[in-house]
Amino acid sequence: MKNIKSILSVMLITILTFTVTSCRDTKKEDDNGMDHDDMEMEHDDMDMNDSSMNSAENKGMTQDKSASDAIVTNYLEIKNALVADNTEAAASSGGKLVSVFEAFEVSNYSEAEQKELKEIIENAKEQAEHIADSPVDHQREHFEILSKDVVDLIAITGTNKTLYQDFCPMYNDGKGAIWLSEIKEIKNPFYGSKMLTCGTMQKEI
Amino acid sequence: MIKILKVIATIALTALIGIQFIPTSRNQSDVVPVTDFINNYNPPKEVASILRTSCYDCHSNNTNYPWYNKIQPVAWYLEDHVSHGKEEFNFSEFGDYSDRRKKSKLKSLLRQVEQDEMPLDPYTLIHSDAKISESEKELLLGWVNKVLESI
Repeated sequence: MKNIKSILSVMLITILTFTVTSCRDTKKEDDNGMDHDDMEMEHDDMDMNDSSMNSAENKGMTQDKSASDAIVTNYLEIKNALVADNTEAAASSGGKLVSVFEAFEVSNYSEAEQKELKEIIENAKEQAEHIADSPVDHQREHFEILSKDVVDLIAITGTNKTLYQDFCPMYNDGKGAIWLSEIKEIKNPFYGSKMLTCGTMQKEI
Repeated sequence: MIKILKVIATIALTALIGIQFIPTSRNQSDVVPVTDFINNYNPPKEVASILRTSCYDCHSNNTNYPWYNKIQPVAWYLEDHVSHGKEEFNFSEFGDYSDRRKKSKLKSLLRQVEQDEMPLDPYTLIHSDAKISESEKELLLGWVNKVLESI
């Protein structure tokens, strides 16, 4: 009887240890690979995305997602300055973003990605230059174009940061415009204090 | 006192005559490049004419120079102006832009013309024919919008 009890407890401990370590393993894998949420989404989609998932995972291993950090940081600075209707702060962050784009190294990416990245950066840099040197309405116009560029850039480079893609349906003559934010709460950079909480969160990146 | 004024006037006049001999580069070209915007997108005649009269002087490789451009320092001022304008947006090289850049440039065109920021006031002050009327604006922007959606 005593024997059975001890065998059972040994088995239980073994099973528990197994579960705990395997859990930890999957978690580690998640960190190495993509974002946790993305990972779950891919699982939901089942096998269909298997190949794309593998390539994305490989990318995560060989490429540094932090490459886009400086771009995202400066972009968010501009965003927050526009939320606060602060033209000077947006201009100075715009100037910083210009040099960050100039310093961005594309050589770590595939040829097709390099072409795309160069086009994005060429365009985005111009928007940043205008933000550095314009009244607030123009800053917002260029921020709209810049936002699309940064979204497309991150789609290639990845990012370590949790970002939310928000949508303002009114801007651009009712055609709507997207922006990226580091917070879940809506703070609209296109209208600032005039319409601070107008907009919806589209997705988490 | 009058003597001093006379000296100053003479110096100024000499300088003014002197600078007339400094050459400037002219932004003119006989060939319409294959990358030209009007060439590529075949706008209706009226739209093409608005673009040529109101935009192309500063935003293409071919400026239709006024007579006073032969006089300094006007020529310098215009030279600088045109080179900056072309750097921002050059209709002659539009075909070389990436699709992404084409879209941003047209978006900016729409906004600038819509808000009467372009053509620039000092330019339309002298070139009254370059002024874009409300009906011309509607025509131009409607067509550019269509081009933008097609890219």
